[in-house]
Order: sequence, then structure tokens, then C-alpha cells
Amino acid sequence: MLQIESRQFATTHNLFACIQCGKCTGGCPMAVKTTLNPRNLIYRLLVAGNGYDLEGREELWDCTTCATCSSRCPKLVNPMEAVIALRGAFVEKGRVHPNVKTALESTFRHGNPLSMPREERVRWASDLSIKPFGEGVEYLFFVGCTPSYDPRVQQVARSLVKLVQHANLDFGFLAEEESCCGSEIRRLGEAGLFEMIVEENQEMLKAMSVDKMFTTSPHCFNAFKNDYPQNGVQVEHYTQLLSRALENGWLKFSGRFEKTVTFHDPCYLGKHNGIYDEPRQVLTGIPGLKLVEMDRSREKSLCCEGGGGRMWLEGSNPGTRLARWRIQEALDTGAQVLATACPFCLLTLEEALKHQNAEDKLRVMDIAEIADQVL
Amino acid sequence: MAFTPRIGVYICHCGINISASVDIEAVTAFAASLPAVIIARDYTYMCSDPGQALIKEDIEQLKLNRVVVASCSPRMHEPTFRAAVASAGLNPYCFEMANIREQCSWVHPGSEATTQKAMDLIASAVAKAAHLQPLITRQVEVSPSALVIGGGIAGLQAALDIAEAGFQVTLVERAEQPGGHAAQLHTTFPYMQPARELLRPLMERVDAHPRIEVMLSAEVEEIKGFVGNFEASVRQSEEMRTVSAGSIVIATGFEVFDAHIKKEFGYGLYPQVITTLDFELLSAQNLQVNGHSPRKVVFIQCVGSRDQSLGNPYCSRVCCMVAARQAKWVRQRLPEAEVTIFYMDVRAFGKGFEEFYDQVRTCGVIYRRGNPSEILRQGEHLLVRAEDTLLGEVVEVEADLVVLALGMVPRQDSAALASLLKLSRSADGFFMEAHPKLRPVDTSVAGVFLAGCCQGPKDIADSISQARGAAAAAMIPLLRGQVQVEAATAYVEEELCAGCGQCAQVCTYGALRLHPVRNVMTVNQVLCQGCGACASACPSGAVTVSHFTFTQTMAQLEVLLNGSNHQRKQELLPTASLMAK
Ligand SMILES: Cc1cc2nc3c(=O)[nH]c(=O)nc-3n(C[C@H](O)[C@H](O)[C@H](O)COP(=O)(O)OP(=O)(O)OC[C@H]3O[C@@H](n4cnc5c(N)ncnc54)[C@H](O)[C@@H]3O)c2cc1C
Ligand code: SF4
Ligand code: SF4
Ligand code: SF4
Ligand code: SF4
Repeated sequence: MLQIESRQFATTHNLFACIQCGKCTGGCPMAVKTTLNPRNLIYRLLVAGNGYDLEGREELWDCTTCATCSSRCPKLVNPMEAVIALRGAFVEKGRVHPNVKTALESTFRHGNPLSMPREERVRWASDLSIKPFGEGVEYLFFVGCTPSYDPRVQQVARSLVKLVQHANLDFGFLAEEESCCGSEIRRLGEAGLFEMIVEENQEMLKAMSVDKMFTTSPHCFNAFKNDYPQNGVQVEHYTQLLSRALENGWLKFSGRFEKTVTFHDPCYLGKHNGIYDEPRQVLTGIPGLKLVEMDRSREKSLCCEGGGGRMWLEGSNPGTRLARWRIQEALDTGAQVLATACPFCLLTLEEALKHQNAEDKLRVMDIAEIADQVL
Repeated sequence: MAFTPRIGVYICHCGINISASVDIEAVTAFAASLPAVIIARDYTYMCSDPGQALIKEDIEQLKLNRVVVASCSPRMHEPTFRAAVASAGLNPYCFEMANIREQCSWVHPGSEATTQKAMDLIASAVAKAAHLQPLITRQVEVSPSALVIGGGIAGLQAALDIAEAGFQVTLVERAEQPGGHAAQLHTTFPYMQPARELLRPLMERVDAHPRIEVMLSAEVEEIKGFVGNFEASVRQSEEMRTVSAGSIVIATGFEVFDAHIKKEFGYGLYPQVITTLDFELLSAQNLQVNGHSPRKVVFIQCVGSRDQSLGNPYCSRVCCMVAARQAKWVRQRLPEAEVTIFYMDVRAFGKGFEEFYDQVRTCGVIYRRGNPSEILRQGEHLLVRAEDTLLGEVVEVEADLVVLALGMVPRQDSAALASLLKLSRSADGFFMEAHPKLRPVDTSVAGVFLAGCCQGPKDIADSISQARGAAAAAMIPLLRGQVQVEAATAYVEEELCAGCGQCAQVCTYGALRLHPVRNVMTVNQVLCQGCGACASACPSGAVTVSHFTFTQTMAQLEVLLNGSNHQRKQELLPTASLMAK
């Protein structure tokens, strides 16, 4: 039994506004491969009277929080947030997958969900002479957990640092003091821990008098921009910063990148925040680069299945990973490089590429890495 | 001076509608060769301004005194060409039309035979034209008043508008009180205004209006006359009165569906099952059922509508919003109550309706998709059994109050009223408008207009709109002060009439009366519609309808049967048999 007060829940989450049109489920990338059906879930909650038993609703953990549903709902219902809140009921009872438990505990203890020691957070940057953020520094570079620890994504962070240095922008980072933004924690349903993280980070940003910041990950960007209470800090994703730097002539490319590239819109940049143009502006600003689009791009972009805590969860249908379909879609365009701008997308897509044995035809790269090559 | 016909024939291409299958050049040459034809011309669109100008110029310069246009149907353009010849000084009845489109080019393949048929039709029209007589179109005075039948919200509004424009109005209402169904409503969708607030000012204005006479507990028993001069016999209790009116607005409204018919819902059997109309009263009584507040309320939509088994295939257009409004009322008054609406579709098409539907859902009303199949008793409560089609499961929803959202049906007496006024009714039984899109407030009877739900289900806003439209249309003849009466009417040659009265029996317009002294038939020229039924009924051939006289018709027939060219008919025959296949 995992009983929730469905009437109250439906009211708080505006589920009564739902007209059961199915637009959410029709676009849900998981609904085509698992039993996740946001429309149906909402209906069951509505007609359940005052108690609904979540027992057995394991598909709630399939949601990637891609925001396809919430961005398309004609009645302003947010099925994604409802799913996140329902996960909370599992978390409250401690009924979560061991991986989730580990991620939550590690974030609580070490400030990252990856079970990595805090001291190692800066190892990737030891040779880069990045100054610590302090009074008067213009930008805070919020690196993020995966770029800090994951060897593959560290390369992205390094490239990004070179680009920003090249553009002569005044920035610093928090080094070991940086702690997880909490984005995935919130989406795993651990609202309490997330609240704690927000409080600590808010205090830190305030203490350091941060005015402007940029992030490697769209997930951190989204968390600071949309999940944190208004704090006056201007937060940008790095693609926004780079596109601006190009436009103003702060950043200039001297090399060429003679390749056909297609761009995978990360959900947390695109569907969550409507940022579709800036990453493309950076790509098309690279001499020699030819950008081609997949049919599913921008608002229609297919989720890579890495969000909403799914980096640590296989989901109920691990056999067919969305990232593999995505690789196929990229191959169909004839592109040589599949570019993205998100640590999770980079990892899931690269893994899928290996699985498809298509590494000779396609490479997965972060926009920062491509840009770094033509400095 | 003997009359010599000078006929002009005008052949229309109708773009390519006619010219694609009829050899226009040959037809024109043929027409020019016919007796008494002075000129024959063809043109792309005869009805266009330049086409009409051709005719007018010829009338003036060639001194034409009869005109034949070979084109489309008289229904389409006879008024156009009559007006054209009249503007050139010719009597409009000196015009004849040959239909070589609907009756020829559209229905036959392009062939010589088709061209021949066009020639035949033209020849016959020319033959008739030589015998056409000018007729006098007469104007009759209009009674500057209107009769409104039915005093619901539509009738009240129509009466008020006509009276405000300065005309006398008699409003005949069958019930003891005006207001109709609107008077039984508690609040109204989508703005939750009390119905009283909408109706009362209207009723007060009608009541106080110096030019409106409201006849309550009254009924129209007979209507005679025609646009401009109707005469209605109205019975008010034991008294009969004659009301004259230039035009009539019908606003007799609707009846709610009788829920007893749906046995599976147990209306009349289970006290907890009520209708949306009963609910209006319940709202006024603070929603108390047997002294208790209901805790589980279920609404069922489409009761009596969208149901072919009942002969009501149509949607009643208000019940979705009525159920929504009442459900919201329950949620507001009894926040503890669980309110479920069973629906098949939610139709929220009106202005502000979808927004209202949004409010109703978000105030906590649960919409379940499914058409409940039955209601069963379970102890003190009821069980509504349905397939929830969104779940694909049979569900039983407990209820201590079930509200059936009734549809609208035509009034049972609408057939009687229809025959009183010779109105048509559409397949659903409501009064039929003259055209579903272009003439939505007119009927097929000149001077009679429709307002409100008597024409079909609608809400108050639409009823008011239609009422104001009907009022404006009804005022046209009243404002003109005169109406033209048809000149092609019947006349009786008294020396031939035996006074047998057979013609009077077939006249549906009541235009024929036997002269009490002379014992011959007389025609009321205002009532006569020129239908010709009497002329064919008369055994002595005493009745003639102008413009369709014996001489004229025989001349046409002669040409068609004998023709000037015998071979043509032979050639047309195979085409005709081909068509029959
Ligand atoms: C339960 C229910 C709730 C509704 N709620 C709403 C709402 O919230 N909002 C909304 O906009 N609409 C609502 N409606 C619709 C609304 O009632 C109608 O749109 C409106 O009443 C139509 O007015 P009417 O004048 O055309 O017809 P009616 O109200 O039916 O009036 C017709 C009148 O003509 C009289 N009559 C009939 N025959 C004759 C005759 N032969 N001679 C003389 N008099 C005659 C009748 O006695 C009656 O007074 C509701 C309808 C129902 C059934
Ligand atoms: S957020 Fe994405 S995965 Fe989750 S329910 Fe919505 S559409 Fe499906
Ligand atoms: S898109 Fe919105 S309204 Fe449609 S079913 Fe999903 S939640 Fe309901
Ligand atoms: S208005 Fe709604 S309830 Fe009424 S018949 Fe139409 S669909 Fe059914
Ligand atoms: S022509 Fe028709 S309407 Fe006129 S008197 Fe004869 S039957 Fe009646």
C-alpha cells in the first residue's frame, strides 16, 4: 500500500483542469515503450475518490522529465510535475531503487550524487589556472557534478574554460566549495533534500555576491533559473554566453571544422527553457561547419532518456533506449558529428553509439568541444 | 391597332455551364429565324450588368415588346430579368425564360441533340412570348402591426423590438404567465447570472409598453391572409378575438424531453433521480433532498438527445453547459459533495463556454467519459453503472442524487401550429427555416418568421439573437407600408362558371369564395398565390391563371410537340433513353 490523498493531490496539481485529450501521452517518449501514461495516470487520480494506491506504479520511474507533456498541454496541466510529486510518495516511504538511494545519500554527504569525494571535484581543472570566484569577478562558472567528475565530460568543462578564457571573460569558480545544484534530486522526488540544497546554495551565492553565472549543464541552468526562488542572479547556459560572445566579437574562431553536424536539443535547454537558437548560432558560427537538422528537432526533439534521475535508473524497458533511436535519426541525416550541449545527453548518446557499432560513421561531441577545436 | 409581337431572344453561355454542351452559335442563328423574333444575341453572362444592358438597349432601339432569355432557372434569375425589362419601360410580365441550363446543358452530354433540345425550349418560350400579356402588379396596404405567438424569452424580445420600432404588437401566450422556460431557471450559464435578472427587466418593459398587448392564457386558433394582412382568430378563455397583423413571429419554444421514457434511469421510480429542470427548483431550495444535503451527486448528459432510438438524433446544445452549471453550483454550495458528470462529448462551443467548462472542472467536478447504461438501487443509495470509456472498465458510481441532463424536443402541438400556418418542419420536428444558412429566421411562408427554440435547441443568447433577427425581418413589410401581390393570379370567367365549387375545394390558400348572390366563384386577389390548382380542377374551364393562360400554354406545347423541325425530336430520343439508364 502506498496510499496518497488523491483528491488533495489533484487539486494542488491542477489535475481537474485536465480534459483527457491525451496530448501529453501522445508525445511522451516513454509512453511508446513503457506503461507510463500521464493522461491515464491523471484520470485514475481524478476518479479515485479520496485515496489512490500507488503500489505497483513502477512506471513513474520511467519519466525522464523531458517536459514534452507539460510544454504541450492545452490546459496548463503539468503532468511531469505530478509524476515528480508522486515519486515523492515512494521516497518518503524509503521505497526507492538502491541506485537512487545511493545518489541521494551521496549528495547529502559529498555534495554530488556520484559518490565521489568532495576534494576530487577540482582535479579536472588542476592545470587550467582558473581563479576562484570572489568579489568583483564578473561571472561564476558553475561546473556541475558530472563535468567535474566524469572523465568524458571533464573534457567539455576544459574546452569551455578555454573558450571563455579566449573570449577574455572575467570568471571564477567555486572549486571544492561547489555543491550539487539539486536538479536531479528534486526530480527523483526528494523534495526535502532539495530544499536543503537550495538553502545552502542560495546562502553561498549571496555570501559570494554572485550577480551572473553560467553553467555547463542545462540541468543546473534550469534548476537555478526555474527551481530556485528568485535571487536576482542572472544565470545562463554556456551556449547563450558563447553565442553572445560571438555576436559581440569577443570570441573569434581561427580554425575550420569541415564536417556535417546535426544538433540534438537537450530537453532542459529546449523544451524546458525555449533555448533553441543560441546553440545553433554557435555551431553555424564555426567556419566550415555544415549544420543539418533531424526531423525531430527543437520543440519536437526526442529525449535522450538521461533526465529525471534516469542516469541512475534503467527504467522498466532498458532494452530500447531512446538514445539508440536518436543515434539512428542522426545517422539518417548523413551527419558526421552529433552535437549536443548537455553532459547527460553526451553520455547517453555516446553509449548508444557504441552499442550501435556506428563509431566509424558518427561522433558525439559537445558544442564546447567542437568550438574549442577551432580556436 | 393590332398587336404585333417584336421579340428579342438572349442566349446565355453561363460561362461554360451552357456553352460547353450547347452549340450557342447554332442556337442563336436558329432563334433569329423564329417567327416574330427581331433580334437574337448571345453573351457570356446575361445576368451581368453588360448582359442586362444589351437587353435594355435593344428594347429601346429595336422597339422590342417581348423578351426571352435562354439561361438558367426562373428561380435563379427571373426577378433579375423582369427588373431589367421593367427598367427599359416594358411590363415585367412581357418577359419569358427558357431554362437551357438546369433542364438542358447540365443534364445532357454535349451533343447535337442537346443543342436541338435547347432550340426546342427556346422555340417554345418564343411561342409563349408572342401571347404574353402585361399584368399589373398591385400593392396592398400593410397592417402596421405584428403578431408574436409565444411569450418565452424569444417572443418577449421580438415583441419588444417591433414595438420599439413603432408598431403595434399582439403577444399571444398560452400559459398564465409569460417567460417560458427561462422563468423556471435558477441561474444561467456561463456567467452564473440569476435567470430572474435576465427575464424580469424584459417582462417589465413588455408589460409597460404602450404598443404591446399581451394576451395570456390565449391561443391562436386560425390564421388567414397573407404577408401584410394576416388575420388571426385568438381564443382567450371563452372569448374569440380577431387580431390583424402585417407579419407574424413564431416563438413557441420547446418541451423538455420526458425522462420517464428512459426506463433504465428509473425517473419517477427512484426519488433520488431528478432532471436538470427539477434541479432548478432544488437550487432555489438550497439543494436539500429529504432534508439532507446530498454527498454524492452524479449528472448524466445527453438524456433524450443524440439518440436515434428515440428519434432524437440531434444534440440539444444546452445540456452540457446546464449540467456544468448545476455541478458547479453543487460544488460551491456543498464543498464536501463529490460531483461526477458522465458525458460522451463535452460541447462547449459558445462564447465563454470553454472558459466556463474550465472553471467547472477546476472547482472539483469530475468528468467521466461514458454514457451510463442503468441506475440500480443499493440500499439507501443508487449505483450508476457505466463503462468508463477512458479506463475501458465498467464502473459503478454511488450516488444519493442523480441529475438527468434533459434535451429539448419539439412541442407536441407543433404539428398543429405548422398546419395552421402551412409551415414546414425539419426532420427533427422543429420548425424549418427557409434556408439553413442564408435565411435562418425566415419560413417558407412570406411574412412569417421564427425566433428561439421553436426552430431548434438553443440557449438564451442565441434565442435572443434569433428573436432580434426575426423582429427586424418582420418589420420590413411593416416599414414599407405596402406589399406587392402576385399579379399572375386566377380569374373566373363568370359566364362559364357553373358555381359547382370544385375549385374552392382544392385551393389551399382560401382564395376562392362562391358569390352568395350571383352563385359564381370569386377570387380574392390578395390571397391567391397563382398556384393553378383551381384552373385544372374546374370542369368547365372557367378558371384561368394569368401568365399561364390556355392560349399561352397551348402555344408552347404545340411547338414542343410538333415543332418546326420534326427530326429534332427523333434525335433527342436516344439521349433521353441514355439518361434513363
Ligand atoms: C433545464 C434547462 C436549463 C437551461 N439553462 C440555461 C442556461 O443556463 N443558460 C441559457 O442560456 N439557456 C438555458 N436553457 C435554455 C433556455 O431555457 C432556452 O434557450 C430559452 O428558454 C428559449 O426560449 P424560447 O422563448 O425560445 O422558448 P420557451 O422558453 O419554451 O418559451 C416558449 C413560450 O411559448 C409559449 N407557447 C408555446 N406554444 C404556444 C402556442 N401555440 N400559443 C401561445 N403560446 C405558446 C409557451 O407557453 C412558452 O411560454 C436551459 C434549458 C433547460 C431545459
Ligand atoms: S516529462 Fe517526458 S517522460 Fe515524463 S511524462 Fe512527461 S513526456 Fe513523459
Ligand atoms: S495534455 Fe493536459 S489536458 Fe491533455 S490529457 Fe495531458 S494533462 Fe490532460
Ligand atoms: S449539449 Fe451536450 S449534453 Fe446536450 S445533447 Fe449535446 S452533447 Fe449531449
Ligand atoms: S390559383 Fe391556387 S391559390 Fe389561386 S385561387 Fe386557384 S387554387 Fe387558390
